[in-house]
Amino acid sequence: MHRPNVKDLLAGLLFLAFGLGFLVLAQRYPMGSARRLGPGYFPQLLSLLLIGIGVATALRALFTQPVPVGSIALKALLLLSLAVVAFAFTVERGGLAIAVVVLVLISSRASHAFRLSQALALALALAAFSALLFGFGLGLPFPILRLWG
Amino acid sequence: MADILTNLATGCATALSALNLCYCFLGVLLGTLVGVLPGLGPVATIAMLLPATLTLPAESALIMLAGIYYGAQYGGSTTAILINLPGESSSVVTTLDGHAMAQQGRAGAALATAAIGSFFAGTVATFVIAFLAPPLANLALRFQAPEYFALMVLGLVASIVLAQASLLKALGMMLLGLLLGLVGTDLTSGTQRFTFGVPALSDGINFVVVAMGIFGIAEIVRNLDDKSRRDALVHEIGGLWPSRSDCRRMVAPILRGTALGSLLGILPGGGALLASFAAYALEKRVSPNAVAFGSGAIEGVAAPEAANNAGAQTSFIPMLTLGIPSNPVMALMIGALVIQGIRPGPNVMVEQAPLFWGVVVSMWIGNLFLLLLNLPLIGLWVRLLAVPYHLLFPVILVFSAVGVLSLANAPMDVYLMALFGVLGYAFAKLGCEPAPLLLGYILGPMMEEYLRRALTLSRGDPMIFLTRPISAVMLLAALLALCTLVLPSVRATRSKAFAE
Repeated sequence: MHRPNVKDLLAGLLFLAFGLGFLVLAQRYPMGSARRLGPGYFPQLLSLLLIGIGVATALRALFTQPVPVGSIALKALLLLSLAVVAFAFTVERGGLAIAVVVLVLISSRASHAFRLSQALALALALAAFSALLFGFGLGLPFPILRLWG
Repeated sequence: MADILTNLATGCATALSALNLCYCFLGVLLGTLVGVLPGLGPVATIAMLLPATLTLPAESALIMLAGIYYGAQYGGSTTAILINLPGESSSVVTTLDGHAMAQQGRAGAALATAAIGSFFAGTVATFVIAFLAPPLANLALRFQAPEYFALMVLGLVASIVLAQASLLKALGMMLLGLLLGLVGTDLTSGTQRFTFGVPALSDGINFVVVAMGIFGIAEIVRNLDDKSRRDALVHEIGGLWPSRSDCRRMVAPILRGTALGSLLGILPGGGALLASFAAYALEKRVSPNAVAFGSGAIEGVAAPEAANNAGAQTSFIPMLTLGIPSNPVMALMIGALVIQGIRPGPNVMVEQAPLFWGVVVSMWIGNLFLLLLNLPLIGLWVRLLAVPYHLLFPVILVFSAVGVLSLANAPMDVYLMALFGVLGYAFAKLGCEPAPLLLGYILGPMMEEYLRRALTLSRGDPMIFLTRPISAVMLLAALLALCTLVLPSVRATRSKAFAE
């Protein structure tokens, strides 16, 4: 047996997983009657279709030419996600300016080209800009800078 | 005819107000900017700026957002010609002949051709919208729930068949999008669905969050991974004015590109991208200079540039008249309308006449702005190319995060954006296009609603979709479109077309 098309196989399995997940969750919602469709009807219909597509994609992957997935930018992905999550976590606790600095400093690590001094300068500039425009200008209801308490 | 003039006059009144002129200018300026900057597309930009438009009047918001979309078509061609890097996916084909012209020292002529072609196409497309939209909306006013459901099925299927390379995976993405669209409170029964008891999810996930994640964040990760970054080797621009023989040679391709682009823009799944590819392929087949294509033929710049601008504009027709998005940008526009409290569909033209015609007229004005912005200021845009990506992406990230945060002042939305970013990157790596997911996401709740109403109308008989002629024809068309793909001969030509 030849090697499967990993790209399609994984895509199919991902669809299958989502389909099953939605189907299981949708069991709790009533199906209703044909005249009055309940909240469970449409999601269950879609989940079943998605499961079907997932299985078909995965099966087809067993019989097609393998295609390499290619390199995965794991470092960039992790750093960027972490930066965004850290931003959301900090914005209520430390304020908008701190959150922007955190976001820029963490995400800048994802690029080889960044020097720390450069990242720091950019972070401060963007923090000042965001504080002025979004904080004072548009009145986001988050603290701008909260260093204690 | 008189009707159209009255309508356009209504539109002028809206579009020519000082405020709207400003937003139109701002829109096309931003559009050119993101078009020039590789790695930042119109979808991410519009999603990023949507929160900022919430406080604007609906027509100003839409005028600005529309300007970003067609403005990006202009900007994209600039980078394609000058540094062989399409700033926008729809200017990929422009790199072939446009950059070859630049290497021969004729970058100025190529840029001028692109701008003239785009302007002409934009003007024609404005009138196409003015002529086609009213009859289409009138037809749609007679639609009831079954017709709408069938129309959405057809729209989704057609957008996949026309624009996506892998049918199965595109279908999967669409279904996943439809399901994700159902997260939140079911309006009919009040049931909380797929919320895991999280109160922040009870209103559903804001579509800006989804678009920002799968188009914005995932795109940045992909760009950072891309080692072949631009080297800013910019060619001499040379004289801007095309020679007389250039002018003669560009007329027919511009006309053909405009016609083809206008047509393909209207189709679901159409828009700028499809239009530019199709126009290039057509031109290669019919042009008397076909042999010169790829080595700096002016026809190869004129046709796709006219087509992508025409397509970008006519893709507003199904969005404005039927409430059906044909591409992700239109899905965002529908979302913007909904946020503004306007229910998309044929009623928009009647109930919101100033908005509708204002947007249409603003497109022509925007095209004029673009002509003025692009040709004399080309040096400025070129200099922007020197901004390295590593300085750019944190700025994009900050705007995305703050934009998403300001939607509902909920940090939860920002967490979700990160989640969709990871998901979007995974799908991109697995060769799953994100566009059908976003289309499904917008249409999911609407489809469920129309399905329910249709079945209530027929007292539970699903045959209603087949006994009503319009709905039956649309469903049949959707089925046919799917079936043709399974035929081996169609598949062969289709994969060839996508390979090109």
